[in-house]
Amino acid sequence: MSERTTGEVVLAARNVAKSYGQVHALKGVNFDIHRGQVTTLFGENGAGKSTLMKILSGVIQPTTGQIVLDGQPVAFANANDARDRGISIIHQELSLAPNMSVRDNIFMGREIKGATGVDYAEEERQVRVLMEELEEEIDPLTPVEDLRLGQQQIVEIARALSVDSRILIMDEPTSALSASEVEVLFKVIRDLTARGVSIVYISHHLEEALTITDHAVVLRDGNMTAYAPRSEIDLDWIVRNMVGDNYDLGSPPETTVGNVALSIRNLSVPDMTGKDLVDGLNLDLRAGEIVCIYGLMGAGRTELLETVAGRLSASAGEIVLEGREISHLTIGDRIARGLALVPEDRQRDGLVQTMSVGQNLSLASIGRFTRGLFTSRRDERQLIDDSIRQVTVKTAGGHAPIGSLSGGNQQKVVIGKILATQPRVIMLDEPSRGIDIGAKAEVFRLLAEGARQGLAVIYSTSEVSECLSIAHRIIVMHKGRISAEFDSSVSKEKIMAASGESVAA
Amino acid sequence: MSATTATAPAKGRQMSIGRLLLEGRAFFALIAIIAVFSFLSPNYFTVGNFLIMSSQVAIFGILSVGMLLVILNGGIDLSVGSILALAGVCAGAMMQGVEIEALGVILYPPVWAVVVLTLCVGAAVGAVNGILVAFFKVPPFVATLGVMYVARGVALLMTNGLTYNNLRGSEALGNTGFSWLGFYRLGGVPISVIVLAVIAIAAGLMLQRSAFGRWLYASGGNERAAELSGVPVKRVKITVYVVSGMLAAVAGLVLASQLTSAGPTAGTTYELTAIAAVVIGGAALTGGRGNVRGTMLGAFVIGFLSAGLVIIGVSSYWQTVFTGAVIVLAVLMNSLQYGGGARKG
Ligand SMILES: Nc1ncnc2c1ncn2[C@@H]1O[C@H](COP(=O)(O)OP(=O)(O)OP(=O)(O)O)[C@@H](O)[C@H]1O
Ligand SMILES: [Mg+2]
Repeated sequence: MSERTTGEVVLAARNVAKSYGQVHALKGVNFDIHRGQVTTLFGENGAGKSTLMKILSGVIQPTTGQIVLDGQPVAFANANDARDRGISIIHQELSLAPNMSVRDNIFMGREIKGATGVDYAEEERQVRVLMEELEEEIDPLTPVEDLRLGQQQIVEIARALSVDSRILIMDEPTSALSASEVEVLFKVIRDLTARGVSIVYISHHLEEALTITDHAVVLRDGNMTAYAPRSEIDLDWIVRNMVGDNYDLGSPPETTVGNVALSIRNLSVPDMTGKDLVDGLNLDLRAGEIVCIYGLMGAGRTELLETVAGRLSASAGEIVLEGREISHLTIGDRIARGLALVPEDRQRDGLVQTMSVGQNLSLASIGRFTRGLFTSRRDERQLIDDSIRQVTVKTAGGHAPIGSLSGGNQQKVVIGKILATQPRVIMLDEPSRGIDIGAKAEVFRLLAEGARQGLAVIYSTSEVSECLSIAHRIIVMHKGRISAEFDSSVSKEKIMAASGESVAA
Repeated sequence: MSATTATAPAKGRQMSIGRLLLEGRAFFALIAIIAVFSFLSPNYFTVGNFLIMSSQVAIFGILSVGMLLVILNGGIDLSVGSILALAGVCAGAMMQGVEIEALGVILYPPVWAVVVLTLCVGAAVGAVNGILVAFFKVPPFVATLGVMYVARGVALLMTNGLTYNNLRGSEALGNTGFSWLGFYRLGGVPISVIVLAVIAIAAGLMLQRSAFGRWLYASGGNERAAELSGVPVKRVKITVYVVSGMLAAVAGLVLASQLTSAGPTAGTTYELTAIAAVVIGGAALTGGRGNVRGTMLGAFVIGFLSAGLVIIGVSSYWQTVFTGAVIVLAVLMNSLQYGGGARKG
């Protein structure tokens, strides 16, 4: 172990700083990557993790400072340049072409040439090998847009693996993966490090990251604030250094449970082929109640929530909001009546990339600041400022482009947008993707506070611990049906068993 | 959780010269065009000439406001040139009298009725575009291309390919005043320019200050996200095509009035000029970005450029070459402006 922790440094950042106008994303950071080991980077949303990784992989150039590869100072012209020298990166936000197949995405820009153009057969073979290694059943020819989010993330990982690089940077590679998929990924990482590949790993799932890491580095506000080898750290250490405080996600809030706010009766939702993704599901949700829906990816949770929100249409069943059937209402009408959804995929369903932070936050509640024909700028600014404060978005201000925010802060904008509609029933589909524990605690606090005032919450997640610390009632979905229902005193193992997941994971 | 940071104070002050030039490019281009042609020809920089040029720009300007709305939505409307012709022909036909055979009478509707009915024709054709795109999911390029042919064909059928020449009406029939739109001046300013100004201001207000404007930007930027935020994306889509069709009809009326004639081949390729104006004005063809101010500047850049080339006696072939070069340059700058800004994760 002692030998491992002192493995030679292959790639290093020396005093690297990066500024975007007035925003100093990095303020002179030193960072080492050790051969054949996993270095984990921890830090709050907006701490500068992704920025540092993009500099090390040539995607962006530092304002000042140096990159040292194998002891020699280098400057990467672009990401391809870095890739040619053996450095590849899995981006936090997916960078796949949705209309193209898995195979074409994986080999995009590096097609294997055969005698007569691209050797598709060989590419396909390699993709199959990769998928086998990752234990996924993904056909190389499926268009990426037909895959669920987690599978898209797998494709992204497979693409990075296919390069055969010696330094692999993974920026939140597991945010949409299930526990068993993470387990497989970790096995792959261990294989890679055994072969001498160096890994940088970023995740807001702290426990998970701890199981794989050899070195931990903490970034805070663009500075490196702590470093330690694995043997010297624990969860407390990370949290203390990350946010300077200890966060307890707590236990479900004490609330008074009121009348049934949302009632889902016999709901069925078919996919394109007519197979039921949600299969005759019944669920009653009361005011002041927080219900967690746990399930593996593909259990039908997203489809259920999107149908209730009004984006998908049901083939059978009723959705009753506060005593009124709402199946025929548009999404906008449902939001006006107090039913809103925080979607799972923030890039595709959550954000309008061409609009500012403020316009995104106010998008779902334009009615609240429209007076007659026109919107009131003052009221809108008020609403935006309140939202930014409420969900603690780290941004230069409401006018900043949404793309200038760190991944986790973009996620907070999506949550803030829905909270701004003042919902009475809120549904959140994997809302903690990419947000740090401080922000997660904040979201939980907001939900708990809402629940005390009668807000009904459906919280969908694939993390058992989240269920246990927020929900009054835990519902496990499996193949479009409710396979079990528990109260908050249940054990993790029981929940996972009911979802059809192997408990070992 | 640490407090939200507001590190950057004023956003504007830090804007570099390059950025300013880039963002105001259409404006600077317009200044440059005016300066160059004023230098080359003494006839260019006169109030009279500006008013004439502006009344020509008005036609394209009105079309490009509609085009801007469609492009903001992420679509494109190739049918506006044809709608313009169809509208002109419809107005012409009504001015010549509508024969109702069953009663054996010829009806001469008053000019206001002609205008209203013509606008309805434009709106109806626009609605066809909108429904094709929103409900039948026909790609906008294809849907409006089809409608472009159909509308042109109908205009040709209605007139047998001929042109209505006398649109002045007569006192006796009580339908005079059609040429008012094209010839009358209010305080020296041609009515067509005033119409353009009113439309531009209304559109600008709508985009910047109304809920509909916000819906339009949102659904053009990311339709799925807009929909999930409660934006009635289909209604927005249909509305922009209807408005675009209606504005094309307005342009058709203005043109017919300026020429006091209406032909079925009027406005051929005007849709392309309108698209060019929108693009020069900095709008992104992918939707969600652009504004009325830019589009107006774009329309004036094209209009003043080609008028200037005519005045200094450059052949119309060269005009085409110049306009093309300006468009390409504009798109290049668009990719400069928008390409660097976005980032991943
Ligand atoms: N293109 C940009 N323009 C302006 N500011 C930017 C830009 N890119 C990053 N920033 C700012 O730099 C800071 C660091 O961002 P970064 O994406 O590195 O955070 P992060 O540590 O990866 O956070 P997260 O955990 O949320 O992904 C943030 O405050 C962000 O707003
Ligand atoms: Mg990040």
